[in-house]
Amino acid sequence: MHAIEKLLAKKAGKEAVSTGEIVNCTIDLAGINDLYLQTVRSFFEMGGIKVYDPNKIIMFMDHYAPASTIVQADNQKQFREFCWDQGIDLLMDIDQGVCHQVLADKGLVHPGKIVVVTDSHTPTHGAFGAFGTGVGATDLAIIMLTGKLWFRVPEIIRINLEGTVPKGVYAKDIILHVIGALGADYGVYKAVEFTGPVLLQLSISERMALCNMTTEMGAKTSYIQPDVITMEYLQEKVTCDYEIYTTDPGYQYAADHTFDVSSLKPQLAAPFSVDNVADITEFIGIKVDQAYLGSCTGGRVPDLAVAAKILAGKKINSRTRFVVVPASKTVFLEAMKLGYVQTLVESGATFVTPGCACCLGTHEGMIASGETCISSTNRNFPGRMGHSKGKIFLGSPAAVAAAALEGRIVDPSQYIE
Amino acid sequence: MKTVIKGQAFVFGKNVDTDQIYPGRFVELTDVEDVAKHAMEGADPSLVKEFKEGDIIVAGTNFGCGSSREHAVITLKAIGVGAILADSFGRIFFRNAINLGIPVIVCAGIKDIVKNGDIISFDIVSGVVRNDKTGETIKAEPLSDYVMNILSSGGIKPMIKKQLEQQK
Repeated sequence: MHAIEKLLAKKAGKEAVSTGEIVNCTIDLAGINDLYLQTVRSFFEMGGIKVYDPNKIIMFMDHYAPASTIVQADNQKQFREFCWDQGIDLLMDIDQGVCHQVLADKGLVHPGKIVVVTDSHTPTHGAFGAFGTGVGATDLAIIMLTGKLWFRVPEIIRINLEGTVPKGVYAKDIILHVIGALGADYGVYKAVEFTGPVLLQLSISERMALCNMTTEMGAKTSYIQPDVITMEYLQEKVTCDYEIYTTDPGYQYAADHTFDVSSLKPQLAAPFSVDNVADITEFIGIKVDQAYLGSCTGGRVPDLAVAAKILAGKKINSRTRFVVVPASKTVFLEAMKLGYVQTLVESGATFVTPGCACCLGTHEGMIASGETCISSTNRNFPGRMGHSKGKIFLGSPAAVAAAALEGRIVDPSQYIE
Repeated sequence: MKTVIKGQAFVFGKNVDTDQIYPGRFVELTDVEDVAKHAMEGADPSLVKEFKEGDIIVAGTNFGCGSSREHAVITLKAIGVGAILADSFGRIFFRNAINLGIPVIVCAGIKDIVKNGDIISFDIVSGVVRNDKTGETIKAEPLSDYVMNILSSGGIKPMIKKQLEQQK
């Protein structure tokens, strides 16, 4: 069996599971975002009175942090009251940041854990050897009621990453290249595991970006076998015991793909689909109205660090806006301590409260019709960050910072020593 | 549960994401009547005016990819969508739709026999889709027993509610 199957079997109270089987699993942690008041509504519609276990529920005020409209404020008010009534102590209010980063920062995710959140980017937690998956409001309400949820045991595909990561190339470029090659629907209903020597060149932050973007190939979950890098990250944060599952030798993957990254160039996903990917050199010179650095994909400390390095002592282009959104409060504090915030603000960056901000086109950095935005986020669908006739190019944090500096798309490699 | 669904087809392309089905800026709305006003607004703003109860959405691969927002299903349910037939679906959208009792049917090649505006009928038991205008038919993938059970309970909410009441 694969490590993911062993994990699902354990949570379903079974010896073994097989692909396609439907299993009912105990959920270790269920998260709800402030976008989805429907979760609370569905809970009551199904006859809910008290949640199954308040210690296994976490609430995130991240998508509307802080509320920009009266309706958002009212939704958040109802969530807070629900937490207080139900004894849910894990209320991550508007100061905390994006759910996935908060889970990592607080050591709430570790190998062998099933984490289900009402957010599609929950496969991010494969970076820790956890089973993370996104669901809708009603599915999450079922977990609140019963502590369990059904899953179909997915086919597992392996993406083996060989070679040496070149200068100016990041996990974001690698995963964009993979999605471009395989397609936005390649991983639908499936789990995606990453293997290979490239992983040892990627920090936890980079691994999170890799796993996060498997959502954009439709994946149900993702997985990286915990190793020395995982353990080093977790040892300061996680105090509880946990089990690390391993895949049996000879396990047959549903599909196996190898990519050598050694000659990879920085990549961009052009409008309006995440699999519309090409070398950044194809787009050099395109004028950029807004550069956006942030999100659960590209708003961590190393992302702000590379931007600060590119922009140190310089000013962004006078016709470009540079919106920076630290993924979480912890990220923000760390970036302040390291001087990145000072550097970026002096260069002309506009800082926004840690959270999802404009990644999903609700507030704080919306783009107008006809405008172009380069973004370190995860989606470039029509209307994703504002007007449906606004264009979004997805790239690495370095590509975003370099574009902010020049006011147009450039190859970021030349700015990296 | 109706076993034969008949309606006018509204045909879309591939990778129609949940931002097109229900734009992010309206996610703060929570009342069904408000949510219903923005169905498919990002893909076809005129659909809401033309769509009649029981009409059918037809699409290419990966319909409903992207965000987990249940609004994307709530809005389609609210305008009375009879079924959604596509080459494939985004997985969270698929679960959400089944949970709310909308038949979402994987039917590879559906767009080969259905054009926008055609009247089509779908037999949920046999899995046969028929274009009433041309007489052409195509067979969809059968739904699993688990999914059929949810649909025939009228969605997962009444099913879970009943289960919990029985446990008391």
